[in-house]
Amino acid sequence: MPLTSAFIIPCSLFDILKMWSLNNITGIIHDWLYQTFSPTWALTFEMVIAGVAVIGLFAVLGLILVIMERKVSAWIQIRLGPNRVGPKGMLQSLADTLKLLVKEGLTPGGADKFLFNLAPIIAMIVAMLLMAPIAFAKDFQLWDLNIGVLYVSAVSSIMVISILMAGWASNNKYSLMGAMRSGAQIVSYELSAGLSILSIVVLTGSLNISDIIYSQADGWWIFKGHIPVIISFVIFIIAVTAETNRAPFDLAEAESELTAGFHTEYSGMKFALFFLAEYVNVFIVCAIGATLFLGGWMPFHIGNWEGFNHVMDYIPSSIWFFGKTFFLIFVIMWFRWTFPRLRIDQLLNLEWKYLLPISMFNLLLVTVIAILGWHF
Amino acid sequence: MHLVITLNGETIKKVEPHLGFIHRSIEKMCESLTYRQFIYVTSRMDYLSAHINNQACALCVEKGMQIEVPERAQVIRTIMAELTRIASHELWWGAMAMDIGAFTPFFHAFREREKINDIMEETCGARLTMNYMVPGGVMIDLHPDFQRKVKEFITLFKLKIHEYDELVTGNIIFRNRMKDVGFLSKEDAISYGCSGPAARGSGVSCDIRKLYPYDAYNKVQFEEVIETAGDSLARYMIRIKEMNQSVHIIEQLIDNIPEGDFQAKTKAVLKLPKGEFYTRVETARGELGVYIVSEGATTPYRIKFRSPGFSNLSALDHMARGSKLGDLVAMMGTLDLVIPDIDR
Amino acid sequence: MVGMRRTGYYFTHHKEIITQEYPDNRDTLKLPERFKGEVVMPHDENNEHRCTGCTACELACPNGTIKVVTKFDITPEGKKKKAIDKLVYHLELCTMCNLCIIACPSDAIVMAQTFEHSVFDRAELTKILNNPGSKIMDGVE
Repeated sequence: MPLTSAFIIPCSLFDILKMWSLNNITGIIHDWLYQTFSPTWALTFEMVIAGVAVIGLFAVLGLILVIMERKVSAWIQIRLGPNRVGPKGMLQSLADTLKLLVKEGLTPGGADKFLFNLAPIIAMIVAMLLMAPIAFAKDFQLWDLNIGVLYVSAVSSIMVISILMAGWASNNKYSLMGAMRSGAQIVSYELSAGLSILSIVVLTGSLNISDIIYSQADGWWIFKGHIPVIISFVIFIIAVTAETNRAPFDLAEAESELTAGFHTEYSGMKFALFFLAEYVNVFIVCAIGATLFLGGWMPFHIGNWEGFNHVMDYIPSSIWFFGKTFFLIFVIMWFRWTFPRLRIDQLLNLEWKYLLPISMFNLLLVTVIAILGWHF
Repeated sequence: MHLVITLNGETIKKVEPHLGFIHRSIEKMCESLTYRQFIYVTSRMDYLSAHINNQACALCVEKGMQIEVPERAQVIRTIMAELTRIASHELWWGAMAMDIGAFTPFFHAFREREKINDIMEETCGARLTMNYMVPGGVMIDLHPDFQRKVKEFITLFKLKIHEYDELVTGNIIFRNRMKDVGFLSKEDAISYGCSGPAARGSGVSCDIRKLYPYDAYNKVQFEEVIETAGDSLARYMIRIKEMNQSVHIIEQLIDNIPEGDFQAKTKAVLKLPKGEFYTRVETARGELGVYIVSEGATTPYRIKFRSPGFSNLSALDHMARGSKLGDLVAMMGTLDLVIPDIDR
Repeated sequence: MVGMRRTGYYFTHHKEIITQEYPDNRDTLKLPERFKGEVVMPHDENNEHRCTGCTACELACPNGTIKVVTKFDITPEGKKKKAIDKLVYHLELCTMCNLCIIACPSDAIVMAQTFEHSVFDRAELTKILNNPGSKIMDGVE
């Protein structure tokens, strides 16, 4: 009797998980909408729901990532971290957000008001647009467009415009310096990030994100693709750390040199938008990294171990996806709290003299592997 | 302090330090205080090596009064000064890494520094501005736990010192940031009047503890750390090695604190004879000189402090020209500027 | 890379956390007995102190923190005897330099370990160290 009950409970648990998986929920809502309303209205409602969901996810992600960063940094620095608001300080970032909401958003006297106010909004919009093609779980995607990877790399380049805009419009020497550094940095690191993404595209033969994920059903690219893919994964991580302006590449806001870089003059909610956009960008690049190299929502499978693979399949796909993404985010935070900052010329040297040639050569290797079919 | 920097893009054309933002006219204040009282004010000068500042003043008054300091007091002073030096270098290491952009070392450095502060608190009654030196010795005898605590600290410090190399010194980014940055030649170091690790990094032998030993420094074996490269990395390495030397000095003295008085018998009111007196000591930042002009009264007629930070700062413009903005922060870090020490 | 191993070690070893949760650890907080918090004048159970009003502390103080206000008591024998009326202590000026304590010939004042001195009114920082109605202990000259 105890044996059977022990067997039944996990099974029913899995069933519940399956029933409530994100895919099913969206399916139910979709069906219900199309049954109740005319197709046009149903589509409109779906779009509204998606929009609200993205904004909600945006806010929640920001809160989670801020508290995560503060806890990670605290533990690395042998501190306790936030521990006052809520259980173990978990509501600290919510309290901070409230504080930022009620603060006054100052606009400095000599600033270009229009650009100054536009910049954080652009940063926000870019981060939101990037959410579209990401597959959060099995068949759960806002927009499965056939050039997903291209879309991501194209839209993420717009980010630099908001930073340059903020730096220029602030009419402040620190902001301008920060913006110029950031511009140079993002434009150059975009290259190696793009090239390392390309190596996966070459292996998969598709720009479609869900195709890329399905191609990893029998193993993640980082395992299947031999050393070249591992190299491009490392380059990708370095490049996206630089692209999101995080230490050791946080020259745009190097606080010992430039106070706070491009957002020196921002306060209140406008500052919070930049802050939020930075964290959401980190999430997005990590999600893309997880999708391309670690198989997105694909569970971890080992060769012919049927039993093991079967157990892995029971873990919901959204948990796989978020687990991988948060692992990568943790790695990037680990970088930030360990390494000192680079100098601007060293930063550009690293990109143009080392990373770019390596990733170009690496792309060649990957192409050879893909043509000869040496990967698994 | 306020640095006015003329930039060409990222390259520095000129650095002009604007001083005086925390000038408190300590030298003038000292003129109205008696020889016992003025010592506490000097803790506020270079607050990171407050102990050594006090020591310099006490030494100068003792020189003027020709007070023979008991051996126990000398040894206590030396141990305290070396503990202060370690604490100061710890803080410098953390702040330096923070300037470069690594946040974690700051907390790791404070972990060990806290232990020193606890020792200080127990014996002197305060953590930062101890005011433990008086003319003729030290204020109170050592706390009974002092020797045990210091030995504990040394054991802990030796366990943790390798972390500094792991976290910062060995880091490739850090080495690239420091190497060949802020070059200061031997001649320039001498002509700008640099002292302490800033000058020793350029190969100038200027350790007062070695050249003109005071208190118990002639009884201990230690090396004067000298690097010849003259760049930021050399100055960095000197401070790291100096911490080890300080531990070495403390190890020699901690078990051999002689019995006896901790303070010489002095008159209630100290009056320095008419004349001029100058002593110098090696603080954590360099050479601190105390110059007293006495007219024979209970208060000094004029006091001048030759502070190491001020001279070291003067070399900054020379070092920084032509380098990048990010390097300036690294250079200021390795010069170990303490602003109240510069402004007084 | 070695640095990352070190930080990773601390990330996973929470036992080494050194944060002191200050306002919460008031009960367990132990300050060393020599800690210089503020100057106090101990009184015994008969409301007697040891201060003779010699003003040595006032002279020793570099900042004018201590003001001794003296009065003359008439002893039973009819002699006039100097004693303190008030010993005024300006905590806001005090730098805890300990000079008054070592200057005091009769050990009448000591350093206390209290350190939470913040108040809303500056006048509260000016303290009178001797209790009202206190008198000097017998045998202290």
